[in-house]
Amino acid sequence: MSLTREDVSYVADLARLEFSDAEVLSLAEDLGAVLDYAETLNKLDTSAVKPTEHVLPVQNVFREDEIKPGLSNEEALSNAPDSEAGCFKVPPVLE
Amino acid sequence: MALTKKTLHEISDLLNKKEVTVQEVTQSVIDQIDAVENKTQAYLKLETEQALETARTLDETLKSRDRKNVLEGIPYGLKDNMCTKGILTTCASKMLYNFIPPYDAHVYERLMVDGGILLGKTNMDEFAMGSSTENSAYQVTKNPWDLSKVPGGSSGGSAVAVAADMAYFSLGSDTGGSIRQPASFCGVVGLKPTYGLVSRYGLVAFASSLDQIGPFTKDVEDCALVLNAIAGHDKKDSTSLNIDKKDYTVGLKDGVKGMKIGVAKAFFGQGLLPEVRQKLEEAIALYKEMGAEIVDVSFEYLDYALSAYYMISSAEASSNLARYDGIRYGFRAEEFDGLVDLYRKTRSQGFGSEVKRRIMLGTYALSSGYYDAYYKKAMQVRTLIKTDFDEVFKNCDVLLTPTSPTTAFGIGEKTSNPLEMYLSDIYTVPVNIAGIPGISIPCGLDQQGLPIGMQLLGSVLSEEKLLQAAWAFENESGYKNMKAPLGEEA
Repeated sequence: MSLTREDVSYVADLARLEFSDAEVLSLAEDLGAVLDYAETLNKLDTSAVKPTEHVLPVQNVFREDEIKPGLSNEEALSNAPDSEAGCFKVPPVLE
Repeated sequence: MALTKKTLHEISDLLNKKEVTVQEVTQSVIDQIDAVENKTQAYLKLETEQALETARTLDETLKSRDRKNVLEGIPYGLKDNMCTKGILTTCASKMLYNFIPPYDAHVYERLMVDGGILLGKTNMDEFAMGSSTENSAYQVTKNPWDLSKVPGGSSGGSAVAVAADMAYFSLGSDTGGSIRQPASFCGVVGLKPTYGLVSRYGLVAFASSLDQIGPFTKDVEDCALVLNAIAGHDKKDSTSLNIDKKDYTVGLKDGVKGMKIGVAKAFFGQGLLPEVRQKLEEAIALYKEMGAEIVDVSFEYLDYALSAYYMISSAEASSNLARYDGIRYGFRAEEFDGLVDLYRKTRSQGFGSEVKRRIMLGTYALSSGYYDAYYKKAMQVRTLIKTDFDEVFKNCDVLLTPTSPTTAFGIGEKTSNPLEMYLSDIYTVPVNIAGIPGISIPCGLDQQGLPIGMQLLGSVLSEEKLLQAAWAFENESGYKNMKAPLGEEA
Protein backbone atom coordinates (compact mmCIF):
# COMPACT_ATOMS: atom_id res chain seq x y z
CA MET A 1 0.00 0.00 0.00
CA SER A 2 1.11 3.57 -0.38
CA LEU A 3 -0.27 6.73 1.14
CA THR A 4 -2.04 9.47 -0.77
CA ARG A 5 -1.32 13.14 -0.28
CA GLU A 6 -4.75 13.45 1.31
CA ASP A 7 -3.88 10.75 3.86
CA VAL A 8 -0.70 12.61 4.80
CA SER A 9 -2.50 15.94 5.13
CA TYR A 10 -5.21 14.36 7.28
CA VAL A 11 -2.69 12.79 9.66
CA ALA A 12 -0.62 16.01 9.74
CA ASP A 13 -3.69 17.86 10.92
CA LEU A 14 -4.26 15.31 13.71
CA ALA A 15 -0.61 15.65 14.77
CA ARG A 16 -0.70 19.47 14.62
CA LEU A 17 2.07 19.57 12.05
CA GLU A 18 2.21 21.35 8.70
CA PHE A 19 4.27 20.46 5.64
CA SER A 20 5.15 21.95 2.29
CA ASP A 21 3.85 20.19 -0.85
CA ALA A 22 7.28 18.69 -1.44
CA GLU A 23 7.43 17.39 2.15
CA VAL A 24 3.96 15.85 1.81
CA LEU A 25 5.13 13.96 -1.27
CA SER A 26 8.28 12.63 0.36
CA LEU A 27 6.39 11.72 3.56
CA ALA A 28 3.82 9.80 1.52
CA GLU A 29 6.70 7.81 0.05
CA ASP A 30 8.69 7.29 3.29
CA LEU A 31 5.68 6.38 5.43
CA GLY A 32 4.30 4.20 2.64
CA ALA A 33 7.57 2.22 2.61
CA VAL A 34 7.54 1.71 6.38
CA LEU A 35 3.86 0.72 6.33
CA ASP A 36 4.52 -1.72 3.48
CA TYR A 37 7.26 -3.26 5.61
CA ALA A 38 4.85 -3.41 8.56
CA GLU A 39 2.35 -5.24 6.36
CA THR A 40 4.37 -8.40 7.06
CA LEU A 41 2.66 -8.43 10.47
CA ASN A 42 -0.60 -9.23 8.74
CA LYS A 43 0.77 -12.61 7.66
CA LEU A 44 0.33 -13.68 11.26
CA ASP A 45 -3.01 -14.82 12.59
CA THR A 46 -3.20 -13.12 15.97
CA SER A 47 -6.93 -13.42 16.54
CA ALA A 48 -6.36 -15.48 19.70
CA VAL A 49 -3.36 -13.49 21.01
CA LYS A 50 -3.66 -11.03 23.87
CA PRO A 51 -1.90 -7.71 23.23
CA THR A 52 1.02 -6.79 25.53
CA GLU A 53 1.06 -3.14 26.58
CA HIS A 54 3.72 -3.59 29.22
CA VAL A 55 6.16 -6.47 29.39
CA LEU A 56 6.11 -6.75 33.15
CA PRO A 57 2.97 -6.90 35.24
CA VAL A 58 2.33 -3.22 35.96
CA GLN A 59 -0.29 -2.28 38.48
CA ASN A 60 -1.53 1.00 39.74
CA VAL A 61 0.57 2.18 42.67
CA PHE A 62 -1.40 3.73 45.50
CA ARG A 63 -0.07 6.02 48.21
CA GLU A 64 -1.45 8.11 51.06
CA ASP A 65 -2.72 11.52 49.98
CA GLU A 66 -0.05 13.52 51.79
CA ILE A 67 1.32 16.90 50.84
CA LYS A 68 4.94 16.69 49.73
CA PRO A 69 7.23 19.37 48.32
CA GLY A 70 6.74 20.03 44.61
CA LEU A 71 7.69 22.74 42.16
CA SER A 72 6.97 26.30 43.23
CA ASN A 73 4.83 28.46 40.96
CA GLU A 74 7.97 30.33 39.94
CA GLU A 75 9.86 27.13 39.08
CA ALA A 76 6.92 25.76 37.12
CA LEU A 77 6.78 28.92 35.03
CA SER A 78 10.55 29.31 34.70
CA ASN A 79 10.63 27.79 31.20
CA ALA A 80 7.37 29.26 29.89
CA PRO A 81 7.66 31.24 26.64
CA ASP A 82 5.03 33.62 28.02
CA SER A 83 3.40 34.00 31.43
CA GLU A 84 1.39 36.51 33.42
CA ALA A 85 0.08 36.71 36.97
CA GLY A 86 1.44 33.28 37.86
CA CYS A 87 -0.15 31.57 34.83
CA PHE A 88 0.95 30.27 31.44
CA LYS A 89 -0.17 32.78 28.84
CA VAL A 90 -1.76 31.66 25.56
CA PRO A 91 -3.31 33.60 22.67
CA PRO A 92 -7.05 34.34 23.01
CA VAL A 93 -9.17 31.24 22.38
CA LEU A 94 -12.55 33.00 22.32
CA GLU A 95 -13.28 36.01 20.13
CA MET B 1 49.77 4.86 31.18
CA ALA B 2 47.92 8.17 31.08
CA LEU B 3 45.25 8.49 33.77
CA THR B 4 42.51 8.99 31.19
CA LYS B 5 43.20 5.60 29.58
CA LYS B 6 42.46 3.74 32.78
CA THR B 7 39.15 2.15 33.68
CA LEU B 8 36.82 3.43 36.40
CA HIS B 9 37.82 0.68 38.84
CA GLU B 10 41.53 1.28 38.23
CA ILE B 11 41.10 5.01 38.94
CA SER B 12 39.02 4.18 41.99
CA ASP B 13 41.86 2.00 43.33
CA LEU B 14 44.37 4.84 42.81
CA LEU B 15 42.06 7.27 44.60
CA ASN B 16 41.64 4.85 47.49
CA LYS B 17 45.40 4.53 47.83
CA LYS B 18 45.63 8.32 47.61
CA GLU B 19 48.11 7.99 44.74
CA VAL B 20 46.12 10.56 42.77
CA THR B 21 43.74 13.34 43.74
CA VAL B 22 40.25 13.87 42.41
CA GLN B 23 41.50 17.14 40.91
CA GLU B 24 44.27 15.35 38.99
CA VAL B 25 41.80 12.79 37.69
CA THR B 26 39.26 15.44 36.69
CA GLN B 27 41.87 17.74 35.14
CA SER B 28 43.32 14.88 33.06
CA VAL B 29 39.90 14.11 31.57
CA ILE B 30 39.31 17.80 30.86
CA ASP B 31 42.72 17.98 29.14
CA GLN B 32 41.71 15.00 27.02
CA ILE B 33 38.42 16.74 26.15
CA ASP B 34 40.38 19.87 25.17
CA ALA B 35 42.64 17.76 22.98
CA VAL B 36 40.12 15.63 21.07
CA GLU B 37 36.60 17.01 21.46
CA ASN B 38 36.99 19.30 18.45
CA LYS B 39 37.40 16.13 16.34
CA THR B 40 34.66 14.00 17.91
CA GLN B 41 32.02 16.49 19.07
CA ALA B 42 30.56 14.13 21.65
CA TYR B 43 29.38 16.77 24.13
CA LEU B 44 26.59 19.28 23.62
CA LYS B 45 27.39 21.14 26.80
CA LEU B 46 30.43 20.97 29.06
CA GLU B 47 30.38 21.69 32.78
CA THR B 48 34.14 21.56 33.27
CA GLU B 49 34.49 24.53 35.61
CA GLN B 50 31.82 23.19 37.90
CA ALA B 51 33.47 19.75 37.69
CA LEU B 52 36.83 21.15 38.80
CA GLU B 53 35.18 23.08 41.61
CA THR B 54 33.45 19.90 42.83
CA ALA B 55 36.79 18.05 42.60
CA ARG B 56 38.56 20.72 44.69
CA THR B 57 35.91 20.57 47.40
CA LEU B 58 35.97 16.78 47.41
CA ASP B 59 39.78 16.64 47.74
CA GLU B 60 39.48 18.87 50.82
CA THR B 61 36.88 16.56 52.32
CA LEU B 62 38.91 13.45 51.53
CA LYS B 63 41.79 14.76 53.65
CA SER B 64 39.80 13.79 56.73
CA ARG B 65 37.92 10.69 55.60
CA ASP B 66 38.07 7.74 53.17
CA ARG B 67 36.05 7.60 49.98
CA LYS B 68 32.54 6.42 50.76
CA ASN B 69 31.89 4.88 47.38
CA VAL B 70 33.56 3.56 44.24
CA LEU B 71 32.05 6.36 42.12
CA GLU B 72 33.10 9.16 44.45
CA GLY B 73 35.25 11.60 42.51
CA ILE B 74 34.81 9.85 39.16
CA PRO B 75 34.04 12.16 36.18
CA TYR B 76 31.22 11.05 33.85
CA GLY B 77 28.92 12.17 31.03
CA LEU B 78 25.14 12.17 30.80
CA LYS B 79 23.03 11.85 27.66
CA ASP B 80 21.21 15.11 27.05
CA ASN B 81 17.76 13.59 27.53
CA MET B 82 18.23 13.24 31.30
CA CYS B 83 17.11 16.22 33.35
CA THR B 84 19.75 18.13 35.29
CA LYS B 85 18.43 20.92 37.50
CA GLY B 86 19.82 24.26 36.40
CA ILE B 87 21.72 22.73 33.45
CA LEU B 88 20.43 23.00 29.88
CA THR B 89 18.75 19.76 28.70
CA THR B 90 17.95 19.90 24.99
CA CYS B 91 17.41 16.32 23.81
CA ALA B 92 19.45 17.59 20.83
CA SER B 93 16.27 19.30 19.63
CA LYS B 94 15.49 22.87 18.68
CA MET B 95 12.23 22.26 20.54
CA LEU B 96 14.11 22.30 23.87
CA TYR B 97 16.93 24.69 22.87
CA ASN B 98 16.42 26.75 26.05
CA PHE B 99 15.02 24.17 28.49
CA ILE B 100 16.55 24.36 31.95
CA PRO B 101 14.92 21.63 34.05
CA PRO B 102 13.65 22.65 37.50
CA TYR B 103 14.31 19.10 38.78
CA ASP B 104 16.81 16.22 38.51
CA ALA B 105 16.42 12.85 36.84
CA HIS B 106 16.53 9.99 39.36
CA VAL B 107 19.76 8.59 37.89
CA TYR B 108 21.50 11.97 38.11
CA GLU B 109 20.40 12.29 41.73
CA ARG B 110 21.77 8.79 42.44
CA LEU B 111 25.13 9.65 40.87
CA MET B 112 25.32 12.91 42.83
CA VAL B 113 24.64 11.08 46.09
CA ASP B 114 27.46 8.66 45.25
CA GLY B 115 29.80 11.56 44.50
CA GLY B 116 30.25 11.23 40.72
CA ILE B 117 31.42 14.37 38.91
CA LEU B 118 29.34 15.49 35.92
CA LEU B 119 31.50 16.63 33.01
CA GLY B 120 28.72 17.50 30.61
CA LYS B 121 25.70 16.51 28.54
CA THR B 122 26.29 14.34 25.50
CA ASN B 123 25.00 14.54 21.93
CA MET B 124 22.26 12.24 20.65
CA ASP B 125 19.72 11.79 17.89
CA GLU B 126 16.93 14.29 18.47
CA PHE B 127 14.58 12.86 21.14
CA ALA B 128 16.60 9.61 20.87
CA MET B 129 15.14 8.84 17.45
CA GLY B 130 17.87 7.49 15.23
CA SER B 131 20.74 5.05 14.90
CA SER B 132 23.64 7.34 14.01
CA THR B 133 23.41 10.56 16.11
CA GLU B 134 23.11 12.40 12.76
CA ASN B 135 19.60 13.53 13.70
CA SER B 136 20.94 15.95 16.33
CA ALA B 137 19.78 19.51 15.68
CA TYR B 138 23.18 20.79 16.79
CA GLN B 139 26.17 18.73 15.65
CA VAL B 140 27.35 15.48 14.09
CA THR B 141 29.37 13.29 16.45
CA LYS B 142 32.24 11.34 14.86
CA ASN B 143 33.39 7.80 15.58
CA PRO B 144 36.83 7.93 17.27
CA TRP B 145 37.88 4.77 15.40
CA ASP B 146 37.34 6.52 12.04
CA LEU B 147 36.24 10.13 12.02
CA SER B 148 34.38 9.68 8.73
CA LYS B 149 32.04 7.12 10.34
CA VAL B 150 29.02 7.54 12.60
CA PRO B 151 29.28 6.53 16.27
CA GLY B 152 25.90 4.81 16.11
CA GLY B 153 22.90 6.11 17.98
CA SER B 154 20.92 7.38 19.48
CA SER B 155 23.33 7.66 22.47
CA GLY B 156 26.31 8.35 20.16
CA GLY B 157 27.78 11.15 22.29
CA SER B 158 27.81 9.02 25.46
CA ALA B 159 29.49 6.13 23.59
CA VAL B 160 32.17 8.41 22.12
CA ALA B 161 32.84 10.17 25.44
CA VAL B 162 33.87 6.80 26.92
CA ALA B 163 35.58 5.43 23.78
CA ALA B 164 37.75 8.55 23.47
CA ASP B 165 38.60 8.65 27.21
CA MET B 166 36.61 11.85 27.72
CA ALA B 167 34.72 10.26 30.64
CA TYR B 168 35.25 7.16 32.80
CA PHE B 169 31.64 6.21 32.20
CA SER B 170 28.47 7.70 30.84
CA LEU B 171 24.76 7.01 30.82
CA GLY B 172 22.62 6.50 27.75
CA SER B 173 19.05 5.44 27.10
CA ASP B 174 17.97 2.46 25.01
CA THR B 175 14.55 2.23 23.36
CA GLY B 176 15.47 -0.11 20.49
CA GLY B 177 19.25 -0.43 20.77
CA SER B 178 20.36 3.14 21.49
CA ILE B 179 22.93 2.01 24.07
CA ARG B 180 24.04 -1.33 22.61
CA GLN B 181 24.43 -0.35 18.95
CA PRO B 182 26.66 2.73 19.61
CA ALA B 183 28.62 0.69 22.19
CA SER B 184 29.21 -1.86 19.43
CA PHE B 185 30.23 0.79 16.85
CA CYS B 186 32.61 2.51 19.32
CA GLY B 187 34.21 -0.57 20.94
CA VAL B 188 32.94 -0.05 24.49
CA VAL B 189 30.63 -1.93 26.88
CA GLY B 190 26.95 -0.91 26.87
CA LEU B 191 24.13 -2.40 28.94
CA LYS B 192 20.39 -2.10 28.56
CA PRO B 193 18.98 -3.34 31.87
CA THR B 194 15.68 -5.14 32.34
CA TYR B 195 12.72 -2.80 31.82
CA GLY B 196 11.94 -1.24 35.21
CA LEU B 197 15.32 -1.93 36.85
CA VAL B 198 16.44 1.70 36.51
CA SER B 199 14.03 4.55 37.16
CA ARG B 200 12.99 6.63 34.14
CA TYR B 201 12.02 9.62 36.29
CA GLY B 202 13.45 12.71 34.59
CA LEU B 203 14.30 10.87 31.37
CA VAL B 204 12.59 12.72 28.52
CA ALA B 205 10.13 10.12 27.23
CA PHE B 206 10.36 8.64 23.74
CA ALA B 207 8.46 5.33 23.95
CA SER B 208 7.55 4.73 27.59
CA SER B 209 7.02 0.97 27.45
CA LEU B 210 10.45 0.44 25.83
CA ASP B 211 12.76 3.18 27.23
CA GLN B 212 15.45 2.15 29.70
CA ILE B 213 18.57 3.91 31.03
CA GLY B 214 21.92 2.11 31.21
CA PRO B 215 25.71 2.58 31.40
CA PHE B 216 28.54 2.88 28.87
CA THR B 217 31.87 1.77 30.34
CA LYS B 218 35.40 0.77 29.33
CA ASP B 219 35.08 -2.75 30.69
CA VAL B 220 32.55 -5.18 32.17
CA GLU B 221 33.57 -4.70 35.79
CA ASP B 222 32.92 -0.95 35.45
CA CYS B 223 29.52 -1.77 33.97
CA ALA B 224 28.60 -3.76 37.09
CA LEU B 225 29.79 -0.91 39.32
CA VAL B 226 27.72 1.73 37.54
CA LEU B 227 24.67 -0.55 37.48
CA ASN B 228 25.04 -0.93 41.25
CA ALA B 229 24.67 2.84 41.54
CA ILE B 230 21.70 3.44 39.24
CA ALA B 231 19.54 0.32 39.68
CA GLY B 232 16.80 0.27 42.28
CA HIS B 233 13.24 1.18 43.08
CA ASP B 234 12.04 4.77 42.74
CA LYS B 235 8.61 5.87 43.93
CA LYS B 236 8.53 8.55 41.26
CA ASP B 237 8.48 5.97 38.43
CA SER B 238 5.42 3.74 38.78
CA THR B 239 6.95 1.18 36.38
CA SER B 240 10.11 0.92 38.47
CA LEU B 241 10.47 -2.58 39.94
CA ASN B 242 10.21 -2.85 43.70
CA ILE B 243 12.94 -5.42 44.32
CA ASP B 244 15.92 -5.67 46.65
CA LYS B 245 19.16 -4.02 45.64
CA LYS B 246 21.91 -6.32 44.46
CA ASP B 247 25.68 -6.11 44.18
CA TYR B 248 26.38 -6.94 40.54
CA THR B 249 30.09 -7.52 41.19
CA VAL B 250 29.34 -10.65 43.26
CA GLY B 251 30.00 -13.68 41.08
CA LEU B 252 31.24 -11.49 38.25
CA LYS B 253 34.45 -13.49 37.87
CA ASP B 254 32.98 -16.97 38.39
CA GLY B 255 33.45 -17.97 34.75
CA VAL B 256 31.18 -19.81 32.33
CA LYS B 257 31.93 -23.45 33.05
CA GLY B 258 28.68 -25.33 32.57
CA MET B 259 26.79 -22.22 31.51
CA LYS B 260 24.41 -22.84 28.62
CA ILE B 261 24.95 -20.31 25.85
CA GLY B 262 22.29 -20.26 23.16
CA VAL B 263 22.87 -19.49 19.50
CA ALA B 264 19.93 -18.89 17.14
CA LYS B 265 20.01 -18.92 13.33
CA ALA B 266 17.51 -16.07 13.29
CA PHE B 267 20.23 -13.72 14.51
CA PHE B 268 22.72 -14.75 11.84
CA GLY B 269 20.60 -14.09 8.76
CA GLN B 270 20.58 -11.88 5.71
CA GLY B 271 22.48 -8.62 5.89
CA LEU B 272 25.03 -9.83 8.44
CA LEU B 273 28.52 -8.74 7.40
CA PRO B 274 30.80 -11.82 6.90
CA GLU B 275 33.50 -10.30 9.12
CA VAL B 276 30.99 -9.80 11.92
CA ARG B 277 29.82 -13.39 11.53
CA GLN B 278 33.40 -14.64 11.66
CA LYS B 279 34.21 -12.80 14.90
CA LEU B 280 31.00 -14.08 16.46
CA GLU B 281 31.95 -17.65 15.48
CA GLU B 282 35.34 -17.14 17.11
CA ALA B 283 33.59 -15.91 20.25
CA ILE B 284 31.37 -19.01 20.30
CA ALA B 285 34.49 -21.20 19.96
CA LEU B 286 36.16 -19.35 22.83
CA TYR B 287 33.14 -19.86 25.08
CA LYS B 288 33.27 -23.56 24.27
CA GLU B 289 36.95 -23.64 25.21
CA MET B 290 36.13 -21.95 28.50
CA GLY B 291 33.73 -24.74 29.35
CA ALA B 292 30.40 -23.29 28.33
CA GLU B 293 27.86 -25.51 26.64
CA ILE B 294 26.70 -24.13 23.28
CA VAL B 295 23.08 -24.95 22.48
CA ASP B 296 21.04 -24.33 19.34
CA VAL B 297 17.82 -22.47 20.01
CA SER B 298 15.16 -21.21 17.63
CA PHE B 299 12.69 -18.40 17.27
CA GLU B 300 9.38 -18.44 15.50
CA TYR B 301 8.45 -14.77 15.35
CA LEU B 302 11.70 -12.81 15.40
CA ASP B 303 11.31 -11.64 11.79
CA TYR B 304 8.34 -9.56 12.88
CA ALA B 305 10.11 -7.72 15.68
CA LEU B 306 11.33 -4.71 13.69
CA SER B 307 7.90 -3.98 12.20
CA ALA B 308 6.23 -4.31 15.59
CA TYR B 309 8.90 -2.12 17.13
CA TYR B 310 8.42 0.77 14.70
CA MET B 311 4.66 0.68 15.14
CA ILE B 312 4.76 0.58 18.96
CA SER B 313 7.61 3.05 19.43
CA SER B 314 6.19 5.56 16.93
CA ALA B 315 2.70 5.32 18.40
CA GLU B 316 4.00 5.93 21.92
CA ALA B 317 6.26 8.73 20.65
CA SER B 318 3.41 10.51 18.89
CA SER B 319 1.51 10.50 22.16
CA ASN B 320 4.50 11.47 24.36
CA LEU B 321 5.59 14.29 22.07
CA ALA B 322 2.13 15.88 22.01
CA ARG B 323 3.29 17.83 25.09
CA TYR B 324 5.56 20.04 22.97
CA ASP B 325 3.11 22.76 22.08
CA GLY B 326 4.97 25.98 22.86
CA ILE B 327 2.98 26.77 26.02
CA ARG B 328 4.77 25.53 29.12
CA TYR B 329 8.43 25.17 28.09
CA GLY B 330 10.76 25.11 25.13
CA PHE B 331 10.52 26.68 21.72
CA ARG B 332 7.57 28.80 20.60
CA ALA B 333 7.12 30.01 17.00
CA GLU B 334 7.32 33.77 16.65
CA GLU B 335 4.40 34.30 14.30
CA PHE B 336 1.05 32.54 14.47
CA ASP B 337 -2.63 33.14 14.09
CA GLY B 338 -4.49 31.88 17.13
CA LEU B 339 -3.91 28.94 19.48
CA VAL B 340 -4.11 26.00 17.07
CA ASP B 341 -1.79 27.77 14.66
CA LEU B 342 0.61 28.40 17.56
CA TYR B 343 0.75 24.63 18.17
CA ARG B 344 1.16 23.89 14.48
CA LYS B 345 3.87 26.46 13.75
CA THR B 346 5.77 25.67 16.96
CA ARG B 347 5.79 21.93 16.30
CA SER B 348 6.59 22.25 12.60
CA GLN B 349 9.54 24.58 13.24
CA GLY B 350 10.75 22.98 16.48
CA PHE B 351 10.96 19.30 15.47
CA GLY B 352 13.47 17.87 12.99
CA SER B 353 12.43 15.71 10.05
CA GLU B 354 12.97 12.25 11.60
CA VAL B 355 10.97 13.20 14.69
CA LYS B 356 8.14 14.49 12.50
CA ARG B 357 8.26 11.30 10.42
CA ARG B 358 7.83 9.15 13.56
CA ILE B 359 5.07 11.36 14.95
CA MET B 360 3.28 11.02 11.61
CA LEU B 361 3.75 7.24 11.54
CA GLY B 362 2.56 6.91 15.13
CA THR B 363 -0.42 9.20 14.65
CA TYR B 364 -1.41 7.18 11.58
CA ALA B 365 -1.08 3.88 13.46
CA LEU B 366 -3.28 5.20 16.28
CA SER B 367 -5.84 6.94 14.07
CA SER B 368 -9.41 5.78 13.77
CA GLY B 369 -9.74 2.85 11.37
CA TYR B 370 -6.06 1.86 11.54
CA TYR B 371 -5.62 1.23 15.26
CA ASP B 372 -6.51 -2.47 15.07
CA ALA B 373 -4.53 -3.10 11.89
CA TYR B 374 -1.27 -1.54 13.09
CA TYR B 375 -1.04 -0.69 16.77
CA LYS B 376 -3.09 -3.52 18.27
CA LYS B 377 -1.56 -5.97 15.81
CA ALA B 378 1.94 -4.86 16.86
CA MET B 379 1.10 -5.35 20.53
CA GLN B 380 -0.19 -8.85 19.79
CA VAL B 381 3.02 -9.64 17.95
CA ARG B 382 4.83 -8.30 21.00
CA THR B 383 3.17 -11.05 23.04
CA LEU B 384 4.38 -13.67 20.55
CA ILE B 385 7.97 -12.38 20.62
CA LYS B 386 7.97 -12.30 24.40
CA THR B 387 6.75 -15.91 24.46
CA ASP B 388 9.48 -16.82 21.97
CA PHE B 389 12.15 -15.49 24.35
CA ASP B 390 10.50 -17.23 27.33
CA GLU B 391 10.80 -20.54 25.47
CA VAL B 392 14.40 -19.89 24.41
CA PHE B 393 15.48 -19.14 27.97
CA LYS B 394 14.08 -22.47 29.12
CA ASN B 395 16.90 -24.04 27.12
CA CYS B 396 19.81 -21.67 27.73
CA ASP B 397 21.11 -19.21 30.32
CA VAL B 398 22.36 -16.61 27.90
CA LEU B 399 21.76 -15.97 24.19
CA LEU B 400 24.72 -14.86 22.06
CA THR B 401 24.06 -12.66 19.00
CA PRO B 402 25.71 -9.92 16.97
CA THR B 403 24.80 -6.45 18.28
CA SER B 404 24.39 -4.97 14.81
CA PRO B 405 24.64 -6.59 11.36
CA THR B 406 27.51 -4.27 10.39
CA THR B 407 30.28 -2.15 11.85
CA ALA B 408 30.02 1.66 11.87
CA PHE B 409 28.75 3.06 8.56
CA GLY B 410 29.76 6.31 6.88
CA ILE B 411 28.40 9.71 7.90
CA GLY B 412 25.60 10.53 5.45
CA GLU B 413 25.46 6.96 4.09
CA LYS B 414 21.97 6.08 5.34
CA THR B 415 20.34 9.44 5.99
CA SER B 416 18.29 9.43 2.80
CA ASN B 417 16.73 6.00 3.41
CA PRO B 418 14.93 5.76 6.78
CA LEU B 419 14.08 2.07 6.37
CA GLU B 420 17.72 1.14 5.76
CA MET B 421 18.72 3.10 8.85
CA TYR B 422 16.09 1.21 10.89
CA LEU B 423 17.58 -2.12 9.76
CA SER B 424 20.80 -1.47 11.71
CA ASP B 425 18.71 -2.10 14.86
CA ILE B 426 17.35 -5.45 13.72
CA TYR B 427 19.17 -7.47 16.44
CA THR B 428 18.60 -5.00 19.26
CA VAL B 429 14.89 -4.10 19.04
CA PRO B 430 13.51 -7.55 19.99
CA VAL B 431 15.16 -7.10 23.40
CA ASN B 432 13.18 -3.94 24.20
CA ILE B 433 9.99 -5.52 22.92
CA ALA B 434 10.46 -8.37 25.40
CA GLY B 435 11.73 -6.10 28.22
CA ILE B 436 14.75 -8.33 28.87
CA PRO B 437 18.34 -7.18 29.53
CA GLY B 438 21.08 -7.08 26.89
CA ILE B 439 24.76 -6.15 26.94
CA SER B 440 27.07 -5.33 24.05
CA ILE B 441 30.80 -5.97 24.45
CA PRO B 442 33.64 -5.71 21.92
CA CYS B 443 34.64 -8.97 20.20
CA GLY B 444 37.23 -7.79 17.69
CA LEU B 445 37.91 -5.40 14.84
CA ASP B 446 37.03 -5.64 11.15
CA GLN B 447 39.58 -5.19 8.35
CA GLN B 448 39.07 -1.43 8.40
CA GLY B 449 39.95 -1.44 12.09
CA LEU B 450 36.37 -0.77 13.25
CA PRO B 451 35.04 -2.45 16.40
CA ILE B 452 32.61 -5.38 16.21
CA GLY B 453 30.09 -5.88 19.00
CA MET B 454 28.71 -9.07 20.50
CA GLN B 455 25.36 -9.00 22.26
CA LEU B 456 24.48 -11.23 25.22
CA LEU B 457 20.83 -11.53 26.21
CA GLY B 458 19.11 -13.11 29.18
CA SER B 459 15.71 -13.49 30.77
CA VAL B 460 14.16 -10.75 32.91
CA LEU B 461 16.52 -9.64 35.75
CA SER B 462 19.38 -11.90 34.66
CA GLU B 463 21.91 -9.03 34.64
CA GLU B 464 24.28 -10.93 36.96
CA LYS B 465 24.49 -13.85 34.55
CA LEU B 466 25.01 -11.55 31.55
CA LEU B 467 27.79 -9.65 33.29
CA GLN B 468 29.40 -12.93 34.38
CA ALA B 469 29.39 -14.28 30.81
CA ALA B 470 30.59 -10.95 29.43
CA TRP B 471 33.42 -10.66 31.95
CA ALA B 472 34.64 -14.18 31.18
CA PHE B 473 34.85 -13.41 27.46
CA GLU B 474 36.47 -10.03 27.95
CA ASN B 475 39.08 -11.47 30.29
CA GLU B 476 39.93 -14.42 28.03
CA SER B 477 39.76 -12.67 24.65
CA GLY B 478 41.68 -9.55 25.66
CA TYR B 479 39.20 -7.30 23.82
CA LYS B 480 39.08 -4.92 26.73
CA ASN B 481 39.44 -1.16 27.10
CA MET B 482 40.63 -0.97 23.46
CA LYS B 483 41.94 2.42 22.41
CA ALA B 484 40.60 4.25 19.35
CA PRO B 485 43.14 5.98 17.07
CA LEU B 486 41.17 9.28 17.08
CA GLY B 487 42.26 10.20 13.59
CA GLU B 488 45.99 9.59 14.34
CA GLU B 489 48.02 7.02 12.42
CA ALA B 490 48.34 3.87 14.50
